[in-house]
Amino acid sequence: MSTLNQTDFSYFPGCSLATTAAESNLSLMKAARILGLNLIELDDWNCCGSASAQTLCKSLGLGLAARNLSLAPAGRPLVAMCPRCLQYLRNAQKCLREDPDTHRALEEQWGRAINLDLEVIHFMEVLVRYGLGRLKENAKRSLQGLTFVPYYGCSVFRSPDRERDKYFQGEMENILMALGAKPVVTALSYRCCGSFLSATSPEIVTPLVNEIIDSAVLAEAQCIITACAMCQLNLEIRCTAGTKIPVFHFSEILALALGAEDYEGWFIRHLVDPRPLVQKLARVA
Amino acid sequence: MSPTNLLAKADTAETAVPAEISRSLASEVMERSGTNLYRCYHCGSCANGCPFIQAMDYPPHMVLRLLQYGMREEALGCKTIWICVGCHTCSSQCPMAINMAGIMEVLRHMAVAEGVAIAKPDIFDFHEEVLRSLERYGRAHKLGIMWRYKVQTRRWLSDMDLGIKMLAKRKLDLRPSRVRALEEISQLFKCYWRESS
Repeated sequence: MSTLNQTDFSYFPGCSLATTAAESNLSLMKAARILGLNLIELDDWNCCGSASAQTLCKSLGLGLAARNLSLAPAGRPLVAMCPRCLQYLRNAQKCLREDPDTHRALEEQWGRAINLDLEVIHFMEVLVRYGLGRLKENAKRSLQGLTFVPYYGCSVFRSPDRERDKYFQGEMENILMALGAKPVVTALSYRCCGSFLSATSPEIVTPLVNEIIDSAVLAEAQCIITACAMCQLNLEIRCTAGTKIPVFHFSEILALALGAEDYEGWFIRHLVDPRPLVQKLARVA
Repeated sequence: MSPTNLLAKADTAETAVPAEISRSLASEVMERSGTNLYRCYHCGSCANGCPFIQAMDYPPHMVLRLLQYGMREEALGCKTIWICVGCHTCSSQCPMAINMAGIMEVLRHMAVAEGVAIAKPDIFDFHEEVLRSLERYGRAHKLGIMWRYKVQTRRWLSDMDLGIKMLAKRKLDLRPSRVRALEEISQLFKCYWRESS
């Protein structure tokens, strides 16, 4: 099957999108439905291990990520929206390729095959395959006039041995420019949001977050659009800067451009209300 | 806190370590991380880029220096390894492509396995609470994690206003989302060493 016509994908939501960032999940589902993409949630998925499992026990982190790989049916790529989940899933796949004994042991433990050729990709890569031209044809609301900071946080950085992996750096700009928005590239797009230190050490994270928000305000952006749900949360909850601007999930802006009207439920979950900005966007006939 | 003067510290008798031990620590870390830490020529790019440098006791490349000197206690007992969130900003700026975050990860594993006094116990406690949640539900239940973390660290009042705001915004689910095949999850936890359950 040509990748261009692929419409079925296994989908790994991850803990953030399933809970604190439910608005990202809802808007992603909406956008996918409009585009005719079928994101099929991985049945009985578990946490990818996140930073905590990787921090305290290597084989636990590997096992948690690998179980998700074992649940993915053959024949369709596994799509993640959270960049960190994506990295942990891909790392697990690489570890198992290099360690056939553990691979076999885990397969026996669960009685399921773990397909090491399974394609694990980010949703932005799905959009690139779908084609920006086709995406544009589906646009119902113009993003003309919207200036945004594409915020990737640390999500496009990875360890040197993974540098050559295909990734989605720059794709947020490509996609949203095709839909009419204008990226601001002079702000802090790649500065880490503080990750889990936001929970343990707000005194470290708040100045970092303020710097990021201030840089966006100074660059005269109207909003920040994030690739990562945890970044979105940290940028909102740890910001004490005087001027605050809305922080969107990438999927929310995408769904808006595709004509979504049921955004009330997403935006009441934001700490900085993005609705005044959204209402300025014009409908395309 | 400002980075400790490493040379002054290495001069004291109690931290001076024979050369063989020095090589064994460095080679253990190199083997486990798959990274040659002798490639580091201490240009400091990692320290310049690290967003968390202010909270560290040693800049990242200094931790490599500790390893090169064989200063086990200092390397495994420093704050830096726990402050590092693995954002890989350092690795992406390193002219020698050293996987700095990978080394930090190995050092954390070694610190836990060897029962070294953890320099940032609050961060360790947080990771433990996340793992308890994963063991119980297979997924992270953030309200439960934060609640038990507050009990553990007795920091009741910090972030109370934020917690209420997040509950009001329905960002903290009261009930956890859980995995059905929980026995598959608990099997995975058998490998994990922990102080208390």
